[in-house]
This record gives sequence, structure tokens and C-alpha cells, in this order.
Amino acid sequence: MRPTGPAAPAPDTFALDAGLRVRRGDFTLDVDLTAAPGEILALLGPNGAGKSSALRALAGLAPLTGGHVLLDGADETTTAVEHRPIGMVFQDYLLFEHMSALDNVAFGPRCQGASKAEARARAAELLDHMGLTAHARSRPRQLSGGQAQRVALARALAVRPRLLLLDEPMAALDASTRIDVRARLRHLLEDFDGVTVLVTHDPLDAMVLADRIAVIESGRVVQRGEPAEVARRPRTSYVARLVGLNLFQGRGEGETVVLEGAAPDGPARVAVREPHRGPALVAFPPRAVALYPEHPRGSTRNVWRLTVDGIERFGDQVRVHLDGPPSLAADITPAALAELGLSRGDTVWAGVKASEVECYPA
Amino acid sequence: MRDTAPRAGRGRGPVTVFAAAALAVGLAACGAGDTSSDGDTAAPGGALSGGLTVFAAASLTDAFTEIAEDFQERYPGVEVTFNFAGSSELAQQINSGAPADVFAAADTATMEQVVEGEGLDADWAAEHGGSGRVFATNTLRIAVPSDNPAGIENLEDLAGDDVRTAFCAEEVPCGSATATALEASGLDITPVTYEEDVRAVLTKVELGEVDAGLVYASDVVAAEGRVEGLEFPEAEDAVNDYPIGALPGPAGPGLAAAWIEAVTSAEGAAVLGEAGFGAP
Amino acid sequence: MTTGTPRPPGNAPVVRAPRTRAPRTRSGRIPWVLVVPAVVGVLFLVLPFAGMLVRAPWPTMGARITEPDVLRALWLSLSTATAATVVSLVFGIPLAWMLARTGFPGRRFVRALVTVPLVIPPVVGGVALLMVLGRNGLVGRYLDAWFGLTLPFTPAAVVIAQVFVAMPFLVISVEGALRGADRRYEEAAATLGADRVTIFTRVTLPMVLPGIGAGAVLCWARALGEFGATITFAGNFPGTTQTMPLAVYMAMQRDPEAAVVLSLVLLLVSLVVLATLRERWVNAA
Repeated sequence: MRPTGPAAPAPDTFALDAGLRVRRGDFTLDVDLTAAPGEILALLGPNGAGKSSALRALAGLAPLTGGHVLLDGADETTTAVEHRPIGMVFQDYLLFEHMSALDNVAFGPRCQGASKAEARARAAELLDHMGLTAHARSRPRQLSGGQAQRVALARALAVRPRLLLLDEPMAALDASTRIDVRARLRHLLEDFDGVTVLVTHDPLDAMVLADRIAVIESGRVVQRGEPAEVARRPRTSYVARLVGLNLFQGRGEGETVVLEGAAPDGPARVAVREPHRGPALVAFPPRAVALYPEHPRGSTRNVWRLTVDGIERFGDQVRVHLDGPPSLAADITPAALAELGLSRGDTVWAGVKASEVECYPA
Repeated sequence: MRDTAPRAGRGRGPVTVFAAAALAVGLAACGAGDTSSDGDTAAPGGALSGGLTVFAAASLTDAFTEIAEDFQERYPGVEVTFNFAGSSELAQQINSGAPADVFAAADTATMEQVVEGEGLDADWAAEHGGSGRVFATNTLRIAVPSDNPAGIENLEDLAGDDVRTAFCAEEVPCGSATATALEASGLDITPVTYEEDVRAVLTKVELGEVDAGLVYASDVVAAEGRVEGLEFPEAEDAVNDYPIGALPGPAGPGLAAAWIEAVTSAEGAAVLGEAGFGAP
Repeated sequence: MTTGTPRPPGNAPVVRAPRTRAPRTRSGRIPWVLVVPAVVGVLFLVLPFAGMLVRAPWPTMGARITEPDVLRALWLSLSTATAATVVSLVFGIPLAWMLARTGFPGRRFVRALVTVPLVIPPVVGGVALLMVLGRNGLVGRYLDAWFGLTLPFTPAAVVIAQVFVAMPFLVISVEGALRGADRRYEEAAATLGADRVTIFTRVTLPMVLPGIGAGAVLCWARALGEFGATITFAGNFPGTTQTMPLAVYMAMQRDPEAAVVLSLVLLLVSLVVLATLRERWVNAA
């Protein structure tokens, strides 16, 4: 089911091939998206980046100023919303309050011309598959967030779409239920053989649910790839922050990368595992950073003297923000913090092993 | 046209005409109450001054407005204020305490309500009669649209099957006059509508919604050619008397009596005659 | 008052019992600035009604309200007001939809036109109706010539007059509800394959049902009380066009007590109907 190997499928197997250009006032969206059958593509990006606009453009809810939407080879660019082979799950599900869960799911088949009995049979089947048979007669307001999400998914799937669109499917849920619901959603999406496009601002959703991720910032795709790749090798500071990595731009000079940005005693340098030449990105996780009161002895090749800019709690760790160059974040234990006795404005030595540093072409 | 203001006519200068659409007495009181402060206005030498509030039947609008112009020319210090409305409405207002100096009704029954209610000014009544003084009469006419599509010539024509007529409701004076005339004729005429006042009947005739209506001669004159008025003999049995009387109002008996004199004078009768009213 | 601890009235010094609960962020003090005008407002609305109750001729009440003329007028009022509401719903809801959901040219102008009947005196509206639908009216003359149909002085004219003055209440109410409704539900329906008519009937209408209900109630109440346009356009004939308000007005000319009786009957019936409807709507919501 899940394609492995190359990050993007070969062109002739695209089930979705879309070029989305939308201009609205100052905002311009210019995004190309492709996906293979059965693939789940996540659009990840900050609020206002244009992910929802892209989704609405795919659905036909927002007009394109340019571009195309091809689904299974058929041109759907100018097809009206109600005739597109799509199913959509909205941010807060938008279940029709005046209908039971069953009638919500049966709504689409009815619109497509199925008889009442057929539509209800299909709806019942889908709800059963979602484990919601007991709630078929419930009104939407009687459902939990996770149940409502599954009803919304069943409703979207009931029209047998070729393209399934999910707009922030986890946003309406409270944090305590998210993990379960996310896992269940992943499981249900695996059975769908069309293309799924999912919009989210939560990297965890994208990592868990998607086969591939397209990161959108300011209306453009800034990075594409499989979740693991995106998580390991972020290409923008936004992605780096999302996946929790320190990221620097620089130029590879063999086993050293000279970081961008001037400093009084010359630019900062980062030693890396494998030699690299030309423009490069350097990333390492905050937990790979060790802090010392004095210059450490030993094998650590990257050592910088930095100033403490801020300290905050981060899970069971403490995150120390350090002013550089290079400016970075370090995660240490509360015990280590107590031992170091750090407070804002103090100077401290930070060390990172070269083996912890990921270096890749910019 | 109940809710619309009575036509102001030639009411220029200090003559104030205001609508009495509101049944509320308070509204009428607002316009009339404080125009005069000096109770006794009969100054020596016949010079009268102050405010005079006249409550008069709506059919008198044009005639009284004209009489008021002459009146104020003669007594420059006097300001006449009118409240024109349906007679029974006015009677209710007066009996509820509206400050009126003179009441001119469209029928004697309505005047009787005031006589039994608030009562007329005692001095004036002693001199001119306790039920007011009849100063004009009004006779019914058959009003037809100016092109008279149904070819109406007499009252009998109104009984035709295809003829649509509008009468005043029996609850209002023109309606009771209509009933009297019909009874005298022995005809059985069913109208399509019983209108709430004579102007409403006129409107229906003017617009051609009905083929004929029974209205007063004064109303035909007031319609200024938009309807044709046909005399009919049965109307003689339903001649309507217009009584006028002085009330114990704020202007005092002198001013009220002067106004009544003006209305009943030869000049006043001439103006009323032009407006379609008959002599008493 | 929703405070847990009672307070002495007036400005007497407040002696607080020891606090056992978390301090309240809002005091339970009565907001006189709101309550006093509200009470004045209610009195203003209720006192005229009370005045009628006091003046009513109670001993003869039973006999008066069962007079055939009264019952006929009441029946005519109820049936025409209901018919007018139905007609208003049929035409008013789509009109409200056009105003709320489409951007046709001149929409602002049309919306202003819709409110005209609220502004002009109903009698003028009645004259206007005569000029259009009367026997010699712009449209009426053709109705007469082609179909032999004359509207004035018929119960149909009563309904038309009532629709003219009452429909704006429905349109404004429903338009407001449509504007307040979450349009994303309509988008959701579109993604499920629903065309615009299906969306309207299956999604939008159920969503704005409370607004439609409120509008229909207003519309019905206004139609029931309609006087000026009715008497001008439809005339006044017992059993055919004499509705309760017309009967009240006529009675007022001769017998104010009878007018009070009729008014009370009209009031009572409308209160019962409105209270029942309200109950239904509240329970349904």
C-alpha cells in the first residue's frame, strides 16, 4: 500500500497532479502537488501560509487564477465542487446538526442519486467500519470529538472520492485524546485507495499520518520529502523549529562548515562527520548539546562560548537558549542546570559531537 | 384616507391645521392646549384676541379654513387652531378632556354625546339652545366615477346585479343617513363594502373600484371634479344637520361666540354653500 | 440574585459572613440601570392592556363574544393571517436568500424596497395596492379583462394587504438568520455532491429554521393586527373582508365597550397562539 523507495512517484502513475495558483490581494499561492494512488500527502505550514487555500482550491471551493487539477488523468480544473470526485473532512467536521450520524453519512450518496435505502445501507456499512454502529442514531452534538471525526471521515468517504481532503483533522480535539484518535485515523486512511491530502500545522500529525510532506510557507512549497527526511534534514528555520532541531546555513569546506553571519572573532564553524563542499545546511538536536562551566577537555570537536539568553521548561528537560554565534538551543536535565547555576546573561561553554551533526546540501 | 392629514386647503398664515389621526387625547391637547393664556378675551370695543381651538367634522375642512381667513382679518389678534376629524372621534376627545372651544359636528347625535358628556358652555347654551345651533345641512348624492362606466342615473340603478357600490358603515353618520335614505326608497341594495368614512367611499369611487357610492354633496365638491355627484329624491329623507356649539374651553365664551357668529353669518353661509352645504 | 450570601438591602454597611468559597469575580448586585428601564418598558406595554381589562363589560362578556359576527370576524382574521403567513413564507424565504446569498446588481436597492411597507402608512399601502391590483389598476385591469378576476372586496384582497405589510418582517428576520448561519456547512454539502437547491432545502433551511420561525410569528402577528391597508384595499364587509381589527374600529364608532370586548378576544387568541408556537420553537431548538 504505502509506496516506498523514491520520494516522488513516476509521472505516469500520478493520481493527483495539481498546479495551484491563486492570487487574492497581497497573497499569492503557487504550489505544485503530485501524489500516487493510496498516498497520503501532508501540507505542513504555519497559519496563513496558504495550506487551507490550497486545499480549498483542490476542492473547487476557491477559484484558481491559474494552474490545473488532474485526478486519475482527468482534468477537473473547472469542474464544479458538487461534481468533483472529492471527499472533504473540515476542520471542526461541520456535521449537519439536524441529522443523525447515519443521515450525515447517507447525505452524499443521496445527492449522487442513490435511493434512501441504498444510501443508508452504505452509510451503515461505513459507520460499522469506523466502529460507530452504536452511534448511528446519535446527533452530532452527542458524539465525542474522535467519534465526530470518524463520522466526518465516513461522510467524506461515502461519496467514493478519488481525492480525500482533510483540513486540520486533529485541531478540534483536546490534547488528551489526540494520540489515540491520530493512530486510529492513520489506520482508517490506510484502507483508502485514492489520494489523501491533509493540511496541518502540527508536525506530529504530518509525521504520523503522511507518506510524504510538503512544507508550505508564504504560499510556496519550501520543502518536500518523506516524514523522516523532513524531520532529520529541515530546510527552513520554520521546519527546524517544528521538528525541534538547531539549523544553520553555511558553506562546506571539507569537514568544516563555515556558518553564515558575521561575528567579531570571525564566523562560527561547525565540524561535521563527512566532508562537504559548497552551500550546506547543518542541523543537530538540542539534546545533543552539552553545557560546561569551563572549556571542556576531550573529543568534542565543536565547542563555543555562548551567553545564556533564556531558560524554559521543556517536558522533563530544561531548554537553554544561547546567544551566539552560533545561536542555538540546548536541552539539559534540571539537575545539570542546578549544577551549572545558570541564569540569564551568564556565559557558558557548549559542545556538540561532530557525529551528532547532520550536514546536507542547501 | 384615514391616516393622512386633512388637506390643508388655503390654510396659510396663522391658521394651523393638524391631523387628528391619533385617537389619543393627549396628542390633540398638545397642539391646542397652551395657545391662549388669558381666559377672558372679550376686550372692550369688540377687539378680540387670543387663541381659539375649533374641533370640526372633517367635511368642514375647506369651508372652515376659508372662514378662518376672513375671521382673522377681522380680528388680527386671534389665532384659530383646527382639529379636523371624524365627528365621533372628536366627541370622544372632548369628553376625555381635550381643550376645545368650539365643536362643529356632522350630525346632531354626535353633538348630543358632547352635550351629555362635557356639556356646552352654559351661558352660550342658555342663549342659543342646549343642543347647539344648526348652521348647515348636508344631503346625500350618488357619487360615480367621472366617466360613469355603469351608466348610473338614479338610486334604483344601484340595485343592479353587476353594479358595485360602496356605502359608509352604519356606525358613522354618513352610514346612518344612507340607511335612512335606503329605507325610504324601499330598495334592497347590498354594497361590496361598508367604508369607515365618507372619504374612503370617495377614494373607491375615484379609483373606479366601485361603480357608485353614497356620499354627501360637500364631499362631491371637495373631490374637485374627480367624481360626479347625482342628486336623488330619496336623499330628502336623510338630510343631515350640522350643529355647532361653544364649549367651556380656555378661550372663553366671547371668542367662541364670535366664531359661531362668523360661521352663521351671511358670508359664512356663502362659503358653506360653495362647499356644497345647504342652508339650515 | 445569584449570590451565595444574602446581602442587606439598600446602602446599609455590608457585613460579610466569613468566606468559605472562592471569591466571586462578579458581584450579584442588581443592575438597576438595566432593571428600571426594563420594568418601565414592560409596564408601558402592559398597562393599556390592563386598562382594557378594567373597562371590559364582564357580565355580558360571554354573550358578546359568541355573537356570530364576532366569531365570523375572528375566523376570517385567523384564516387570512395564516394564509398571509404561508404566502409570505413561499415568496419571502427565497427573497431573503437572494438578498443574503447572492450579489445581483441593485441588491441594496431591493433591500431598501423590501422595508418600504414598514415605513409607509398602511393606508397608503392600501391605496397603492388599489392602483396596481384594483379593477382599474395597472395589473388589475388585465386580471379583470382576461380572467374576469377582481381582487378588491374579496378575502383574497385581505390576504394580499396583509402580505404587503407583514412579509417584510419575515424577509428581514430570515435574511438576518441566513447572514448569521455558518456558510461552511453549505460548502461541506457541496463537497458531498449537493447542488444549490439541495443545499438550500436540506442544509440551509434546517439551519435557519429558528429564524424562519421567529419571522413567521412576527409576520403572522402583524397580519392579524393589520387594519389600514386592509380596509383601503379590501374594504369592510362582514364575513367577507371584515377582520377583527376592522370590526374593532367599527364598534369603536358606536359602542366603545363592544370594541373593548373584540380587542380582548383578539388579544387573547393571539396570545394563546403565540405562546403555543413559542413553546414549540423553544422545545424544538
